[in-house]
This record gives sequence, C-alpha cells and structure tokens, in this order.
Amino acid sequence: MLALADFLIVGAVLFCLSVAGIFINRKNIIVLLMCIELMLLAVNLNFIAFSHYNQDISGQIFVFFILTVAAAESAIGLAILVVLFRNRGSINVDDISTMRG
Amino acid sequence: MVQQLVFYAFAAGLIFAASMVITVRNPVHAALFLVVAFFASAGLWLLLEAEFLAIALVLVYVGAVMVLFLFVVMMLDINIAVLREGFARYLPIASGVAVLMLAAIGYVVGHQHFGLNRISQPEAAAASYNNTAVLGRVLYTQYVLPFEVASVILLVAIIAAIALTLRTTRQTRAPHPGHQVQVMRGDRVRLVKMAAEKPE
Repeated sequence: MLALADFLIVGAVLFCLSVAGIFINRKNIIVLLMCIELMLLAVNLNFIAFSHYNQDISGQIFVFFILTVAAAESAIGLAILVVLFRNRGSINVDDISTMRG
Repeated sequence: MVQQLVFYAFAAGLIFAASMVITVRNPVHAALFLVVAFFASAGLWLLLEAEFLAIALVLVYVGAVMVLFLFVVMMLDINIAVLREGFARYLPIASGVAVLMLAAIGYVVGHQHFGLNRISQPEAAAASYNNTAVLGRVLYTQYVLPFEVASVILLVAIIAAIALTLRTTRQTRAPHPGHQVQVMRGDRVRLVKMAAEKPE
C-alpha cells in the first residue's frame, strides 16, 4: 500500500535537489532554467498526489495551468538567453551586472 | 505489491535523473537527463491515475520544451570550463541547505501526518473511468475563464519570444513601405535652371 507521504517525500527530495542545483550551478543560466523546471515538476507531483488521495479533480486542473505557465516561462527564458548570448557572447551570470549601478 | 515496485522504480529513476541534471558537466547531458526525469514522473502520475496529464507531460515537455532546450544548448557555443568554476566552492553550502530543507519538509509531510493511518489509499478507479473526460468536463465549465487566460498567456509567450529574437537588420532588398510613404517631392525631383542651348 502506498501512502500519500511516499509521494510527498519524493516531491520534497526533488525540490531540494533542484534548490541545491541552483546553488552549485549559479554561473550557468541554462542549468538554472532546468532546475526551475525540476522545481515545478516537484510541485506538480504534490498537486497530483493530493488530488488522487482526496479524490478531487481540481488538483489536476491546477497542474494543467502550471504546465502552461511553465512552458511559456521556458520559451521566454530561452529567448532572453539567446538575445543575451548574441549581445554578450557568453551566458555567464557574473557578466550580467550592467544594472548594478 | 506490484504498485509499490513500480513506485520505487520510478521514484529512484526520477531522483537519480534529477541529481544527474544538477551535477553533470555538459549541458546537453543535463537536458537529456531532464528528459529521463520527465518520463519517470510521468510514470508516477500514471500510478496516481492522472493519465491525461502524464501523456501531456511527455508530449509537451519531452516533445517540445526539451527539444527547445537542446536547440538552444547546441546553438550557443558555450565555454563549459568557465561556467563550472565555483562548483566545488558552493557544493558544501548547497548540500547543507538541501539537507536542512529536506529535513524540515520531511518532518511536515512525513508518515506521521500523511501516512496510511491518516489518509487511506483510495479505491482504484473502475475500468470505465475516463480521466480525460472528467478533466475536460471540469475544465470547460468551472474553470473556463482561467482556461481562456491560459491561452492568452501562451499567445503572449509566442509574441514575446518572436519579438525578442527577431533580428532588426534587413534581410531583403525590398523598399521599406514606411519610407516610401514619407517621401516628399523634393527628395525625388530636382529642377534645374539653365539657359537654353543654341543648336550648332
């Protein structure tokens, strides 16, 4: 028998791994975007687990909208990345400090 | 029993793939491991009877978003060595934060609060249960307004991505309509005053 806690713990491990990924890959924007995708995946897993165990379809609707927004976010993020690379010739986060003042 | 076996297989695959995503050297390999992670979590979602979303995850993420990631990674000529510096320096603080967060979240969502004695596993749905039909019925009635907003968000994303990456340099030699409309008479016609010439 699988408990709700099993799925929630898998989601928690996934979320913490992606937080660690944001810390250790803080120079590489592409891997940062991938870590954000992993975070959203962990949240979606929680939503679907709660939806199944509470027998309420609303959780799956929320996941549907999160998938939509995440797809839009990654499309715009990658477009910004391409423009950044065209202007700077690198995607190092440390190079983006023009607005520091 | 089979259910537990499937759960542990997919969960182990998901966590392995996620840890490879954040540690591998090459961004292309990271993107491919992210594909594995999406497949594994689609399996977990199938186990939770969310069939439509599992297929949508595979189609939308593995099919579209990850291909976009791979395109961008391969299009940009990235110096990996520069991007990797600081990896070892931040590893201790990253693992410290991750372990602390995991302990805190695990304490909240652990078996003492969400175990089988608190919330029991629901009965498996009947063979006639259609997840897509149920989801669609709710989506197009109760959540029809958010659904429309989602379509607007996707439209904004399309326009933003095109507007950001569009090159402003001219690709063709066709005349610019705006400039043609603004042309004045003096730009094109020059009247010259000269004495009449005598025929020889």
